[in-house]
Amino acid sequence: MSFASFFRSRRSKKDLPRDVDSGILIFDTTSEVISAEKVLKENGRQIRVMGPPPEVQTGCDLVIEFPHMEELDILRTLKEAGVSPKDVVPVSSPLLRPVDLFNIKDFGGHLMVRAANMKITVDKKSLVIVNISGGGCPDVPYLASEMTGKNMHQAPSPNDIGHTLCAYALQLAYEEIMKRCSQ
Amino acid sequence: MLAIVGTVPDKDFPITHGELSLDRDLLKFSSSSISVNRGTSALMAAAVVTADMLGTQAPYGFLAGDIGHGKGSRNLYSYLTGHIHEFEPNTLTFHYLQPIAHWHDKVLNAVMALRGKPVLIADAGFMYAAKMSGSARSYDLFTPDLGELAFLADESSPHPFYTRGFILHDENKAPDLIKRAYNHGNAANNLLVKGRHDYVVHKGKITATVSAPSVEALEAIGGTGDTITGIVSALISAGYEIQKAAGIAAYANRLAGEYADPSPATSVYEIISCIPCALDKILGKDGSRIKEVTTHA
Repeated sequence: MSFASFFRSRRSKKDLPRDVDSGILIFDTTSEVISAEKVLKENGRQIRVMGPPPEVQTGCDLVIEFPHMEELDILRTLKEAGVSPKDVVPVSSPLLRPVDLFNIKDFGGHLMVRAANMKITVDKKSLVIVNISGGGCPDVPYLASEMTGKNMHQAPSPNDIGHTLCAYALQLAYEEIMKRCSQ
Repeated sequence: MLAIVGTVPDKDFPITHGELSLDRDLLKFSSSSISVNRGTSALMAAAVVTADMLGTQAPYGFLAGDIGHGKGSRNLYSYLTGHIHEFEPNTLTFHYLQPIAHWHDKVLNAVMALRGKPVLIADAGFMYAAKMSGSARSYDLFTPDLGELAFLADESSPHPFYTRGFILHDENKAPDLIKRAYNHGNAANNLLVKGRHDYVVHKGKITATVSAPSVEALEAIGGTGDTITGIVSALISAGYEIQKAAGIAAYANRLAGEYADPSPATSVYEIISCIPCALDKILGKDGSRIKEVTTHA
């Protein structure tokens, strides 16, 4: 069995410039954040998903950082899509950055990618997702049951059916393994 | 009695509790049955076969359906806060629950008010909430994998998703991460760190390392970490000292993995079905076998 393990850093080209005044959009649930992120990215907005500042942390949450100048436009877009935030506040302290490192392991016939605490393993020949492991939020067993056994191009993506930070981490691993298996 | 708390991936599954049993790959309790797959059902199934092997009382399960909305978890947190005093477990293991700090605190307060404090074990989402609420030291055992250990070691991270990059999830750094987690008060009194090497830790000191047999495919199989937590929970409830139970569980899980001869596509139930043979090999010789595979630091 061959073995290779290494880390790769992931940085979005669309990260917000550091000298732009930012605000954060706060939602009730992580699934609303995932929906809002999708709407705003499809709308071409320069936003990024980050960890909330300590004063609004509840344990399993994300916020969306956006350029403050675009607040009105962004709120209008979200309202039209039916995913308005519960609050909008200026960024007053450094936000937590989501994990951006991947661990890759090649088992020979199978490839595994880990992002944070989530792992996805694919049969390299058939592209069938054979296992999902790691994580601690309650949608992980659900995601595993919905995705395992399916070709990765036909399986639902974690962002479409997941609701937590573990689902978001799995989405990153899923995107990375799709990229690697398409090369 | 060992009590295990967790969730199942079915949003309509009501709060259910009862004594657990296993019928092939179906976990049965109360009037319900669920198939054994990764997650809390794997932990429970491993605990059931371990208790059966030891001849002790079957574990007791508390489950609610949750697919990530958090509703089932909140209902279960609320139920436990109001009712845990009616059960008085000697060992209490928390698993896949939505990590919600204020609900964690309510449940912990209710548990601490019990007449006899149970041995407290946490893994998965509930362990995240325990760390985030600053209560890690109230627990007797955490069972993190390497990614979760990095999260425990990062004092500013509220979830593994935010573990900072300089705290790399590097297997070789596990001893440093363990020290860092204890230095910041974010580890339980004991840790069983699951990885290529399994580390048994007591108050910051690595007391044993279990590295063999090494079955590489296990890392990819969902639920193989959950089974270790199930085995160690049942052993502790049966009276084994925490450190010894952790070493036995780590070794038994590896042996079961070896017996199942898995590929990365193997299901966790195939591993669970080999746990009795693995425990028989270890415990059948009065526990002496474990000394051959642990290296004391």
